[in-house]
Amino acid sequence: MSQYRRTKKGRVDSRQQISFSFDGKTYQGLKGDTLASALLANGVHLVGRSFKYHRPRGIMAAGSDEANALVAFDRGEARVTPNMRATTLELYDGFKAQSQNNWPSLNFDVTAINDRLSAFFPAGFYNKTFMWPKSFWDKVYEPAIRATAGLGPAPKAADPDKYDANYTHCETLIVGAGPAGIAAARAAAKKGGRVILVDEQGELGGSLLSAPDQKIDGQPAWDWLAESLAELDAAENVTLMPRTTAIGYYHDNFLGLAERLTDHLPEDAAEGPRERLHRVWAQEVILATGAIERPLVFAGNDRPGVMLASAAQTFLNRYGVAVGEKIAVVTGHDSAYKAAFDLSDADIEIAVIVDCRAQVDQKLIAEAEKRGISLRTGHTVTATKGRHRVKSITINKVNGDQVDPAGETLECDALIMSGGWTPSVHLWSHSKGSLQWRDDIAAYVPDKPNENAICVGACNGDFGIGAAMAAGAKAAGGDHTFDVDDTWPWTGAGTLEILPTHRDESRIKAFVDFQNDVTAKDIRLAVREGFKSIEHIKRYTTTGMATDQGKTSNLNGLQIAASALGRPVPQVGLTTFRPPYTPTTYGALAGNNGGAAFDVVRKTSIDGWAEEHGAVFEPVGLWRRARYFPRDGEDMHQAVAREGKATRDSLGIFDASTLGKIEVVGPDAAEFLNRMYTNPWTKLGVGRCRYGLMLGEDGYIMDDGVIGRLADDRFHVTTTTGGAPRVLAHMEDYLQTEWPDLDVWLTSITEQWAVIALNGPNARKLIEPFVEGVDLSSDAFPHMAVRECKVCGIDARLFRVSFSGELGFEINVPAHYGRALWETLYAAGQQYDITPYGTEVMHVLRAEKGFIIVGQDTDGTVTPYDAGMSWAIGKKKKDFVGKRSLARPDIVAEGRKQLVGLMTKNPKTVLEEGAQIVMTPNQSIPMEMVGHVTSSYWSETLGHSIALALVADGHDLKGQTIYVPMPDEMIEAEIVDTIFYDKQGEQLNVF
Amino acid sequence: MMLIECPVCKEKRPELEFRYAGEAHIARPEDPDALSDQEWAKYLFIRSNPRGTHFERWVHAHGCAKFFNAVRDTVTDKFVMTYKCGEARPSPEQIAERQS
Ligand SMILES: [Zn+2]
Repeated sequence: MSQYRRTKKGRVDSRQQISFSFDGKTYQGLKGDTLASALLANGVHLVGRSFKYHRPRGIMAAGSDEANALVAFDRGEARVTPNMRATTLELYDGFKAQSQNNWPSLNFDVTAINDRLSAFFPAGFYNKTFMWPKSFWDKVYEPAIRATAGLGPAPKAADPDKYDANYTHCETLIVGAGPAGIAAARAAAKKGGRVILVDEQGELGGSLLSAPDQKIDGQPAWDWLAESLAELDAAENVTLMPRTTAIGYYHDNFLGLAERLTDHLPEDAAEGPRERLHRVWAQEVILATGAIERPLVFAGNDRPGVMLASAAQTFLNRYGVAVGEKIAVVTGHDSAYKAAFDLSDADIEIAVIVDCRAQVDQKLIAEAEKRGISLRTGHTVTATKGRHRVKSITINKVNGDQVDPAGETLECDALIMSGGWTPSVHLWSHSKGSLQWRDDIAAYVPDKPNENAICVGACNGDFGIGAAMAAGAKAAGGDHTFDVDDTWPWTGAGTLEILPTHRDESRIKAFVDFQNDVTAKDIRLAVREGFKSIEHIKRYTTTGMATDQGKTSNLNGLQIAASALGRPVPQVGLTTFRPPYTPTTYGALAGNNGGAAFDVVRKTSIDGWAEEHGAVFEPVGLWRRARYFPRDGEDMHQAVAREGKATRDSLGIFDASTLGKIEVVGPDAAEFLNRMYTNPWTKLGVGRCRYGLMLGEDGYIMDDGVIGRLADDRFHVTTTTGGAPRVLAHMEDYLQTEWPDLDVWLTSITEQWAVIALNGPNARKLIEPFVEGVDLSSDAFPHMAVRECKVCGIDARLFRVSFSGELGFEINVPAHYGRALWETLYAAGQQYDITPYGTEVMHVLRAEKGFIIVGQDTDGTVTPYDAGMSWAIGKKKKDFVGKRSLARPDIVAEGRKQLVGLMTKNPKTVLEEGAQIVMTPNQSIPMEMVGHVTSSYWSETLGHSIALALVADGHDLKGQTIYVPMPDEMIEAEIVDTIFYDKQGEQLNVF
Repeated sequence: MMLIECPVCKEKRPELEFRYAGEAHIARPEDPDALSDQEWAKYLFIRSNPRGTHFERWVHAHGCAKFFNAVRDTVTDKFVMTYKCGEARPSPEQIAERQS
């Protein structure tokens, strides 16, 4: 057992030795240790290098407020978690961790030269340095800074762990299992209803775990704790959740609880998910989140061996570890005395207690005297020494405003400090509860709630254990008061300012934010440079912006800024608390939505066939669609040319299942469609189809599709692939809220029907043998007709429609028959060289015909007039959605962008979609842009490129030459009609 | 995440099931052609955007698919009440009573 272990103290089990490794060196710890306590027990204080200056850093806290001791937690190559606090990592046999942010080693870090060069890293360093030259941003500054400053690297391999998530409801959620939280839980358990008690630590008990000599109702605290937890554990309505952090508190008492399930277990014992995120709705929330001790701000306060007084107390009482053999104390708050006395009573030498206050409680003085501890009130610490661990401190007397320059140097191997306590109001603030400033404790405390929540104990600014427990019980409807001896003085606002010093303050480093290396000097510089808002000062200096979100530094920084501004703290405000309370893994947030479930891919019933036949896919909306089917060695260009030609020459087969489909049914169905679409529907005969154009109320094109009338009161409406949900919602909106008198039912049937499109001169010949009961001749079943029939014996809706300009059919069958029908048609189609084609050819063929794609050739500001589709508007209709807007002054004004065709002068040149268009080539930059290319393809059929474009007043510019400026050339093109192929539509009626 | 009471389902359900649908009680004019350009623009574009009590439409998209109306405070982001489409706008007294 090492010289620093106190085997009679603590809750660790001295019979259970465990070995662990840090930076490749093996050490011994005890069951119950954290990495921090075990390292300290081995006399290791130096555990990391600071973010900016690479200064040696040690362990400053004992819990999740730790700002310095960030390590890489190593559970195997893909399981390294960087930036974990050594104080919250529970030790197990075989535990491994490494220090980070140092090169080549922790003890010798070459980038520590940054510390010597710190004059070049003032507040706002990044903002200032990145000013000039701009070209250096990406190439020089960014990589250099990333390389030398920073936190641990993330593993490169995919995370092999599983994460889980669930939703939970409860009547009472209690956050924090310290004395107040446990008292609340016991009362809530008696009251009834579901109770959840969470605590971020592996062991429940909070501050009681560090206070073994406390008595509660006559019992030693640890006995009381064990009994209380056993009682809660036995209660059926109570769920105890250790290792669970309430990371965020949202509207309607909705909280996120991140539960760590396996990180504390040896790897071979870790089963099931690593973490589980509980999303909890609670009827009432009791926050018993405690308080965080503040460091003091003085020169050299970041040296390894300098830590919070309460941390030293916890390491001793809970883990049986002495953080030093000769410990100095510096404080502005009574609580540090208790820490000093606990250490002294464990036979650890207290070198001195330095209190920056002139007056302290007589009882404290007497207790110090009793232990023979030298007490210096009205003193300050002006320097610390020691390369990798504090070796001595210099203390000076303070007379009024003057610091006596004659200092006294005292040897020590640890320095513990207390600047007072900051109530943990983080969650309260997430919930938008308001705060008020309390001068007597120099901290913000909860004021008015915004949710059904209450703060009890230290997080409410009530520091006595007995009072906290009574408040906890009362909050949960109990009336128990506790007999607790907590007559210890607990006063002192603490000291938020930099400790007085006789030294030149511009030459010393007194750290405020340890993790981001922000000093008091930086904050004052920011104020001198004109920053007045604390939110700006925070961003300029980066104070409070590290992974600890300034748990230990915010109030010190705020006070120093307030003093520099010459205003009281409440007038300077407070920066916003944001979730998560502590860093949370992406795995926990992703939960089950990882891997294939991250973004679920919608596939058609024919997708598997496409995959087996080598399709290249593309995402369209939430769907994946086959883009083209390359044969041996073909690139996309070659495959598309072949597929398109085969379709125009003979027969192509295309999976159109993703088309949105809505069934519109009811006596008023036709009238409803009259109102929703620009076209007239009343006179459309049963068995006929019509192209439908849908506008928003603003008059802009929203969607389009073919609509077939299956019966007087039944329409099969198709929409764009991506637009289906939007169109259905739009229809429902008008039906429910504007015309509830219409008797119409809307049903999404997108998923119910698989759709196979057959296009090409041989389309009819292929399907004829399979279709029952329909005469497919052009006279009986003309273009834009629909029949319900059987195809291959399957109930089908057969459409004669064409998006390619060729003779075309779309066969709808129940989705689960899709692939079977596809395979049958594909086999039978071999005699016609049937060719499967993808969305790329579909796009080319429709562009050759000048058919628009909503969302590609339109952008939400294109009217039917702009698109050259006035023909789609029912002239006799009195009203439809968007009609009135078509008469708005801006819609009928000149200069609107209109859809035109483009033919490049060089037929081989294919324009880039999105390219800008200008009228004359020799303009100075910026040129006057008159439009842009919306669709552009190589047309194998026509032997030249084709494009569609939106051009200002384009309809009047047919035959004019326009120019498309590109980085390396100026492309010339002529404005032409939008229909490039078969202007008469003869191909639709081949027999 | 908020819980929203669907007045059709008569259940408080998670916000995820709902979709916001703009300000409530803006009826589409009976005869749009009878409106001047300014009147039509007012119907189309102008919304009250108040600080405080807001009457707004929601749709229980992943539930009963019904549109309904709600009173929500835009400062606290709290729902005061929800009610079915077609029902009258709640009076200030009714709202105050719910808020108390
Ligand atoms: Zn509902």
